[in-house]
Amino acid sequence: MEAGGGTAAPAPGDAEDLEEMRFPSEEARDGGGICRDLPGTGDASVEKTGSETKDQPPGLLLQPEAPSCTYGLWGPGASENSPVGGPESGSGGQGGDPSDEDWRSKRKHVFVLSEAGKPIYSRYGSVEALSTTMGVMTALVSFVQSAGDAIRAIYAEDHKLVFLQQGPLLLVAVSRTPQSAAQLRGELMAVHAQIVSTLTRASVARIFARKQNYDLRRLLAGSERTLDRLLDSVERDPGALLLGAVRCVPLARPLRDALGALLRRCTAPGLALSVLAVGGRLVTAAQERTVLAECRLDPADLQLLLDWVGAPAFAAGEAWAPVCLPRFNPDGFFYAYVARLDAMPVCLLLLGTDPEAFHDMATCRRLVEDGMHSLGAMRTLREAASFSSTPSASASAYSVQAVEAAGLRHFLYKPLDIPDHHRQLPQFTSPELEAPYSREEERQRLSDLYHRLHARLHNTSRPLRLIYHVAEKETLLAWVTSKFELYTCLSPLVTKAGAILVVTKLLRWVKKEEDRLFIRYPPKYSTPPAAPAASTDQASHNGLFTAP
Amino acid sequence: MAQVDGAPRPGAALGQPCIFKLVLLGSGSVGKSSLALQYVKNDFKSILPTVGCAFFTKVVDLGAASLKLEIWDTAGQEKYHSVCHLYFRGANAALLVYDVTRKDSFCKAQQWLKDLEEEFHPGEVVVVLVGNKTDLHQERQVTFEEGREFAESKGLLFMETSAKLNHQVTEVFSAVARELLQREEKEEGQRQQGDARLALNETPPGRSRCCAR
Repeated sequence: MEAGGGTAAPAPGDAEDLEEMRFPSEEARDGGGICRDLPGTGDASVEKTGSETKDQPPGLLLQPEAPSCTYGLWGPGASENSPVGGPESGSGGQGGDPSDEDWRSKRKHVFVLSEAGKPIYSRYGSVEALSTTMGVMTALVSFVQSAGDAIRAIYAEDHKLVFLQQGPLLLVAVSRTPQSAAQLRGELMAVHAQIVSTLTRASVARIFARKQNYDLRRLLAGSERTLDRLLDSVERDPGALLLGAVRCVPLARPLRDALGALLRRCTAPGLALSVLAVGGRLVTAAQERTVLAECRLDPADLQLLLDWVGAPAFAAGEAWAPVCLPRFNPDGFFYAYVARLDAMPVCLLLLGTDPEAFHDMATCRRLVEDGMHSLGAMRTLREAASFSSTPSASASAYSVQAVEAAGLRHFLYKPLDIPDHHRQLPQFTSPELEAPYSREEERQRLSDLYHRLHARLHNTSRPLRLIYHVAEKETLLAWVTSKFELYTCLSPLVTKAGAILVVTKLLRWVKKEEDRLFIRYPPKYSTPPAAPAASTDQASHNGLFTAP
Repeated sequence: MAQVDGAPRPGAALGQPCIFKLVLLGSGSVGKSSLALQYVKNDFKSILPTVGCAFFTKVVDLGAASLKLEIWDTAGQEKYHSVCHLYFRGANAALLVYDVTRKDSFCKAQQWLKDLEEEFHPGEVVVVLVGNKTDLHQERQVTFEEGREFAESKGLLFMETSAKLNHQVTEVFSAVARELLQREEKEEGQRQQGDARLALNETPPGRSRCCAR
């Protein structure tokens, strides 16, 4: 969020928008109370909200049944920035309204709203019911903005509120998890990237420049579930977002190399990236030399693609869709060909720059498919996909038993010693989450612990290199060196010496299995450019299409 | 798409079926993908919103002749509206699908027709108006007559279907296929006549009209 300067005070239009969006919730006992103690600010929007609120029955201000935790949310003294004295805003009245016990008990809320305060997305509850709450957030942001500052986070008892402004969009996380503000901000960035990947940053900006109170939900219809899945994955299967790396399907090196070579052989004009994936995990990816070598493919973009092609929406047929890679170029579209090969969980993604290249890509896919058949790769990958205690296609993983280190329950390992020219593919590996981490609460607990350790290791003011942490039900050891970043979860009875022994064993195992666990040499290829162009501006015409 | 240009592919001459491109258009969750899946794979299941566009092929056997349909199942969501022209370029046929329980989807189908009219010359594409979800007859908002009247006024084919019950699904696609073949034959005839006219220079004008249907 940038420091806004005094000019950032909302235009009168904002106040109108606020008013407009408040109407539906007014009849349903709107116990706002958000701006009770608001000092006179001279900010049109905030004042407006305040005066509206005063019209409401004051008795509803302090809802006695409100759990104390929400008090912390907006409570007095929550932050030097917080001008609010009242409790969290009142209710909408429909499902998922803020007075709802169930809604309040959620550990983490994520909201997306427009600058005008129009709700766009909420992880829980219906956004309609939350317009008052969103109004509070807009008020908070514009209040601080009117003082020439920008609000980044509010710490209140066990709650953290993190704000992220991205162009005309405001993203807010309200969390009781032990995640650090930086980690929450990372999550909000990922949510934003997801939105940009379907719409592009430029078109979002254009839409709101034209009509400030546009209802972006119309354009995001169908994307909510993708966002839900993204946010859930943080707690259910931590790693990708935390480490900023992608997970690979363990595969014997000769086969992976052969598949890489196959992808390299099967090219089409304008093709920039080919990816083979199983259930959201990477088998191999080949990049066009000039396009993506100069502008490195960001792991966040690759992860976004992996999540995207792993979506059940791609179950049938061959798909052809525009997609934007926000880190590579947030304002342009690529065109993606996505197909499940041989009716299997193996998924091929061909990303190109030519919007008309569907049939070329389809031809390319048949080549890949034939090639894989002759390699016998289909069967191997089918086995990789079916190995799992959970019967979903999303598990092409291995068991922690494979390490043969007693007491080791789970780990995350991210190598950092990859040769520089391969660094564009940050990867991590971790075994499948098995008992005792099969239930959601336990996964959540483990995810919390990993996040806590990660935050400690990467603390900006006092980073650590090694943490030995004895928790209630497990012991953890986190270690970052120049060669790797490692988080291990061990049995609670392990001794310090025992833990070191286990970690040594694990490191030895990873070294031995390295070729199978990671893509050591990401393949590259050169394709003829989609349109004749000098090699110098090749990168610029790729992915730089303006949004339609 | 370069190779589908309204004209049959050269393969037709070699006894291979001609290829026709068909697009499914309509607002979100009216059942475009369900129709396609029911037709191509004989399957009905709840599906997620289509991303961009899904592609299927199916060979239609019409007794005497057969043809291959390339089915482009477009996403109904508004965010993909702007890229939809990519998909219907070069189409030979379009199914305008609406949901009989949703008036707004019917209006949207009319909007799609306007889009098509901008892109194509009249008569260039076979357009079928399809009212889907007849199984939900209790919630019906668009009557059969409304649909038929609109279709007649615009010269479209019209049918009501239920992808869920597999009612009239195959019939819709077969009707399209028949119409496509008929037009193909007619054009073929015209082309031959055209050749004849060049040679003889005296074919009466308007002759081709009576050949139509």
